[in-house]
Amino acid sequence: MSAQIPEVRSTDELRQKWMEPEVITGSEILLRSLLLEGVECVFGYPGGAVLYIYDAMYGFKDFKHVLTRHEQGAIHAADGYARASGKVGVCIATSGPGATNLVTGIATAFMDSVPLVVITGNVVSSLIGTDAFQEADITGITMPITKHSYLVRDVEELPRIIHEAFHIANTGRKGPVLIDIPKDISAAQTLFVPQTGPVTMRGYNPTVLPNKIQLDKLTQAISEAERPFILAGGGVVYSGGHEALYEFVRKTEIPITTTLLGLGAFPSGHELWTGMPGMHGTYTSNQAIQQSDLLICIGARFDDRVTGKLDGFAPQAKIVHIDIDPAEIGKNVATDIPIVGDVKAVLELLNQDVKRTDRADAWRAQIQRWKNEKPYSYKDSDAVLKPQWVIELLDETTKGGAIVTTDVGQHQMWAAQYYKFNQPRSWVTSGGLGTMGFGFPSAIGAQVANPDRLVISINGDGGMQMCSQELAICAINNIPVKIVIINNQVLGMVRQWQELIYNNRYSHIDLAGSPDFVKLAEAYGVKGLRATNKEEARRAWQEALDTPGPVVVEFVVSREENVYPMVTQGSTIDQMLMGDE
Amino acid sequence: MTTKNTIAVLVNDHPGVLQRVSGLFGRRGFNIESITVGQSEEVGLSRMVIVTVGDENNLEQIEKQLYKLVDVIKVIDLSSKPMVARELAMIKVKAEPPQRPEIMGVVETFRAAVIDVGTTSLIVQVIGDTEKIDAMIELLKPYGIRELTRTGVTAMVRGNA
Repeated sequence: MSAQIPEVRSTDELRQKWMEPEVITGSEILLRSLLLEGVECVFGYPGGAVLYIYDAMYGFKDFKHVLTRHEQGAIHAADGYARASGKVGVCIATSGPGATNLVTGIATAFMDSVPLVVITGNVVSSLIGTDAFQEADITGITMPITKHSYLVRDVEELPRIIHEAFHIANTGRKGPVLIDIPKDISAAQTLFVPQTGPVTMRGYNPTVLPNKIQLDKLTQAISEAERPFILAGGGVVYSGGHEALYEFVRKTEIPITTTLLGLGAFPSGHELWTGMPGMHGTYTSNQAIQQSDLLICIGARFDDRVTGKLDGFAPQAKIVHIDIDPAEIGKNVATDIPIVGDVKAVLELLNQDVKRTDRADAWRAQIQRWKNEKPYSYKDSDAVLKPQWVIELLDETTKGGAIVTTDVGQHQMWAAQYYKFNQPRSWVTSGGLGTMGFGFPSAIGAQVANPDRLVISINGDGGMQMCSQELAICAINNIPVKIVIINNQVLGMVRQWQELIYNNRYSHIDLAGSPDFVKLAEAYGVKGLRATNKEEARRAWQEALDTPGPVVVEFVVSREENVYPMVTQGSTIDQMLMGDE
Repeated sequence: MTTKNTIAVLVNDHPGVLQRVSGLFGRRGFNIESITVGQSEEVGLSRMVIVTVGDENNLEQIEKQLYKLVDVIKVIDLSSKPMVARELAMIKVKAEPPQRPEIMGVVETFRAAVIDVGTTSLIVQVIGDTEKIDAMIELLKPYGIRELTRTGVTAMVRGNA
């Protein structure tokens, strides 16, 4: 089922040839520099201000270019590529509307610390500031949502800027970096001298190695704790620290929860894993946080969806916060032991000293009791498809081995709850920004990064319609994503809030008028299947798995189903609505 | 406890840096009471002096968030150290000839200076800490202030530090 995206032609020999110093245009410098940074694929959409760049790409086969149908599709695909591979995602758009169409995707990547290099064209330098055709101040617009940005003013700066941009995007706390290239810069010629050496920037030196005194304090705290608990987040995945985390838990036997973005950072089948915490987290994780006497937060940022009401969060716990971004420490929750450093490096150092905490045996037993008494549950039905059952079907048939991307809403929470992730970078979801329209295009990127793995994109009927035009990309490139639509004919999460918080006043949530998703798929040349009961569901899903190319499978599910447990806003996380069960 | 804090920020002298810094304050809900920018002792670097009002946590977050900006080289909390802070104000005050001697008296007491004389007005220049300038303005108010401009505070740590 390997994706048939045009093969990358880059060889060492070719790279050698490209990297000879030579007088070339800014556009060619861009392409060669990207190649030098190890880029395999860019997602993009041409337009007036990037025509020199696209002209240089004519016949260029050293990396792939995937032409999406909307710039939003391009940047979410680049994001999915980065999350699923750990490499920097790259996308290109033209000036003005092309660039502003990227804004949602840049903000999405920024909130979730995803490394992207975003290249936009701009009008020629002499027209900047004149409200020229298709001009927008994209560096200004995106300043609050990028890690850093560049407006290139001289073609000679281009090699350095690109090299710096990749360095900034993928080190420290990762994030999107924007490079805005005026049209005359992409046309101008200069002697290209390849940049490959280490980057030195006075204002940018992320702390990788932690302070030893703080580490010793943590080791001491662990040995004294009676109710220790680990809260691990996306930072574990991004630092490649999952093995060190596993070792840390193996040695200390401290129970562990992983946040939404941390799913897969720790094997879900492990007896010390308690499921996701927070608004739709497990009873066990939330009770454990609230009753712990030592809460070790690793590569997570105490998002309000995790903490609930801050005043009253983990009231008995000594708080330890391990993060590469010093600004996260103390931002939301006062910290007793702050540890600034790369999660992997910190855990590897800790693992040299830590031991099992025998004092916590009663606590471990308590956690097992909670796990047994209050697992996720739902009332199954044979009359109507339950969305949770559909996720369980996907999990069973793929043995938790797929890369799963989701959109945002109820289906996202059910996927997080009922799909069992056992390895990092198998879960691609918009956590911080909660971006509808992210799920499907991000799967395209994840599949490009992993041509031989099964990629499932789980969407709601709402979010699917925010980027459904990218079905064309799957069809023409034979990108074999299995596109699942959990169709409840309604904006489900909004419906849930309106039911529970707004007294059943269902305001503007009915998605009547949605297309026939099977026909929509077929219109793009993608196979479409629909299931309305369990038997159809099993059959359709098996057919999707057996089909080599992309497939859309629509599961028509119960409209009224809610996501439980739920912590409503303003409550502490142990005050949970458990639903009917 | 809310206090007034003075921070010096050494930044790359790149276009857009002021926007990055002030944008950060706006986005994070930090208050800027005054901000001054100019060249520093090193070519290619500018120094900003920002006066902000907030509690200790605010100040800590401001420092940490500033350090996240790639163009920020160094952040110094001046108000935690012995510092000298100065501001310049120009005050165009209504001054018919009979009032002038009185106004000159105020100016001399404050060791300020008259830097322009019009037929019915004077421009007074005053340099000092914020309190001194506030006091000067209070005293000149009764005569009628036509126009007022202040530079905001610039500051330095005392001694050799």
